[in-house]
Amino acid sequence: MTLQSLLIVSAALFCIGLLAALSRRHAIFILIGIEMMLAAAGLNFIAFWRFGSQPAPPTGVMITIFAIAIAAAEAAVGLALVIAVYRHYRTTNVDQMNQLKG
Amino acid sequence: MNSAAFIVIAILTLAAALAAATLRKLVHAALCFAAAFVGVAAFYFLLGAEFVGLIQVFVYVGAVAVLIVFTILLTRREVEEDRAFHWSGALVALAVFAGLAWAIFKSAGLSVTATAIPGLTVKQIGEMLMTDYIWPLQCIGLLLTAALVGALVLVMEEKR
Repeated sequence: MTLQSLLIVSAALFCIGLLAALSRRHAIFILIGIEMMLAAAGLNFIAFWRFGSQPAPPTGVMITIFAIAIAAAEAAVGLALVIAVYRHYRTTNVDQMNQLKG
Repeated sequence: MNSAAFIVIAILTLAAALAAATLRKLVHAALCFAAAFVGVAAFYFLLGAEFVGLIQVFVYVGAVAVLIVFTILLTRREVEEDRAFHWSGALVALAVFAGLAWAIFKSAGLSVTATAIPGLTVKQIGEMLMTDYIWPLQCIGLLLTAALVGALVLVMEEKR
């Protein structure tokens, strides 16, 4: 297990998240894709902390903890938005949400 | 640092993530999303960041995945399958992956193996959160409070 192989895995996870965010038309799946991209970034932080020169201050660990908290807040607000939009338009397809003024 | 464990976790994580990104049934995809995040947490355990792995399981599998399933059930319609899939997104994702992989393989000094480290204890993390990272911690608390209030305001019934 080298740093290179971990970076490839996290790049693949990031691109799968990108695929979900770009290809799906369901709002919840766009959110899932964004969460995957955030998790890939967190994995990179942990990997660089672990494979850097030791002993190092655990900055990567701290940033990952904060990133998880921010991702949780983002998921809560995003899913609340999905529910609010669904109430108004009766759809969760982002292609049909094309009006600023409801 | 077990490379067999690494390969198994990598395959499981990426397969679950790919299933979550492409499956037609929404609930199945949400469960695959939870499995993918268990895999990411397993990576954190493998890399010696046990506390972050635990937080990942609590927050994502415990809270966010349940929230996503609830949202799917609340916004369910007669057709609960998502048929539309834009293949141009797959092209963009592949191009980005090719670029990232090229950069990773071209960079020198990335094929290092990990050295043994003393484990990072929860006490150390707590002390750092209360000293060096006290301002970010306060900001996160404020952000979470604002997100909670904002989510409640958004889903309140509209006054007619």
